[in-house]
Amino acid sequence: MAKRILITFVALGVVGTLSFAALAWKPAIAPIAPPVPGSFAPALVAKGEALAGGGHCADCHTIKGGQKFAGGYAMATPFGTIYSTNITPDPETGIGTWSEAAFARAVHEGVARDGSLLFPAFPYNHFTGLSDDDVKALYAYFMTRAPVRAVAPENTLPFPLNVRPLQAGWRLLFFRAGRFEPDTRKSAEWNRGAFLSEALSNCGGCHTPRNLLGAEKASSPYAGAMIDNWIAPPLTAANPAPAPWTQDELFNYLRKGVSVLHGSAAGPMASVVRGLAALPEQDVQALATYFADVDHASDRTASVDPVVGRATSNAPLDATGTGQHDADARLYTAACASCHYNSGQTPLAVRPHLGLNSALNLPEPNNFIQVVLRGVDARDGIPGVVMPSFDLGLSDVDIARIAAYLRRTRTKLPPWPDLESKVAAVRRSITASP
Amino acid sequence: MTKFRINGRSVEVDAEDDTPLLWVIRDVIGLTGTKFGCGIGMCGACTVHVGGRPTRSCITPVGNVTDADVMTIEGLDPQGRHPLQKAWIDLQVPQCGYCQSGQIMQAAVLLKDFPTPTDQDIDAVMAGNLCRCMTYVRIRNAIKQAAALLRKEAANG
Repeated sequence: MAKRILITFVALGVVGTLSFAALAWKPAIAPIAPPVPGSFAPALVAKGEALAGGGHCADCHTIKGGQKFAGGYAMATPFGTIYSTNITPDPETGIGTWSEAAFARAVHEGVARDGSLLFPAFPYNHFTGLSDDDVKALYAYFMTRAPVRAVAPENTLPFPLNVRPLQAGWRLLFFRAGRFEPDTRKSAEWNRGAFLSEALSNCGGCHTPRNLLGAEKASSPYAGAMIDNWIAPPLTAANPAPAPWTQDELFNYLRKGVSVLHGSAAGPMASVVRGLAALPEQDVQALATYFADVDHASDRTASVDPVVGRATSNAPLDATGTGQHDADARLYTAACASCHYNSGQTPLAVRPHLGLNSALNLPEPNNFIQVVLRGVDARDGIPGVVMPSFDLGLSDVDIARIAAYLRRTRTKLPPWPDLESKVAAVRRSITASP
Repeated sequence: MTKFRINGRSVEVDAEDDTPLLWVIRDVIGLTGTKFGCGIGMCGACTVHVGGRPTRSCITPVGNVTDADVMTIEGLDPQGRHPLQKAWIDLQVPQCGYCQSGQIMQAAVLLKDFPTPTDQDIDAVMAGNLCRCMTYVRIRNAIKQAAALLRKEAANG
């Protein structure tokens, strides 16, 4: 009896190992001579450029001050740092020897040309939804970029996480290959938005929380998550902004970088907006339509006027009225009111109304602290306008006081605890990786 | 290298991205109307316009104004006859004068946003622009006089 059980276990073990090996083993695709850029139709290259913008490929595949798409960008994951790869057509250090089939397999299935399994830091779980034509256009675009010789630093994933064949297990659990399937009950515009979000722009990559193995939780799409010490807020009805994200507000935010009723696109979201600029306007309208449905904005449109009314009429007098003897109010007025003071009933984009700002209504103060410390670049948010960086001007205590003051006077939410140490932590993270 | 426009002309400056815009304006471009006060964005003496908005240039890294439009006190009016400048002279606002470029640049945008500013509007928006000579009362009066002048100009087309 014992012998039979043993044999069964051994047999199961062998079958299991073989099946796993079959999942983990992908053939190499033969290298090719880099295609001549002139061999791609200009219209196809242009389409690829728009898709690469919408897919914000440059965000991860470019380092600050580096050559576009040459890789080397550090992604700090809970498992270790993963460096993005060079996706310029350099034959030795980039993807110059990748055939279209090899490129398509990488994008759709997360397998490199040599057959090794890519880490899901590359969002192939989303890109698998791209159509074959889209991938063809992306290939044409990348193969016509100037080749850059650049080798990314080694990943710092510890053993055994660095063993690529073991990715087969992760894939078995969390990856389903397949093109985007439209929902026939919804409009064409909604489906285009869903496609852009789910497949191309992989919004869930930041806005969907991940499980312990780093996979997006299928049960909580767009429920919000922490990324690089920023909060990617929920894109569902759970979004805590006082005013609902309606189609118009979403469109303005995604197209113009600012929503009057919410604030400016800053931090990692700013470059997403810059990428989306490559897509035609109707695509951004489609994204706005999709997310206005995801967050059920239509159920709350009636709340817009009361919310705006409250924010404008209850705008505290800060240091000019009752706040005159409040040291926090005076600090806020001196440092911030020259731009953020408002009066009147209509919120102005150029004087961002902090009573409506998303950052003050989030459960953690990260986004508020990030923006105060970093400021806002002229390219981000409202184009051509900057917010200075208060990194040198305000101490941790000062920023904590301003944050607490605004939370106290602009929202009805509980105070943020441990503000000073959170300011210090965000400051450290910015110094460590700017 | 950072490229931007200052008072309508394009400039390309060779400075580290994190160099304060104020240093570039004064030391590289040579426009010294904008003053260095506290260096930490708390006094307003260095206020310039970036994209038409008042901005403390001492804490704005020059890399952040790439391709943006910067305007300093020298560019506010070609003849130095902006309604605020006229009111400033008329009411003899400055004493030592160190803060006035920043005061005027801040006030110029205040008047765009609030064409008929109340005392509260002026106090709140101008609170971050310090004047150690304490000419605040005259600053407030000059802003109101300039506002009236601007409204008159607008009415006369």
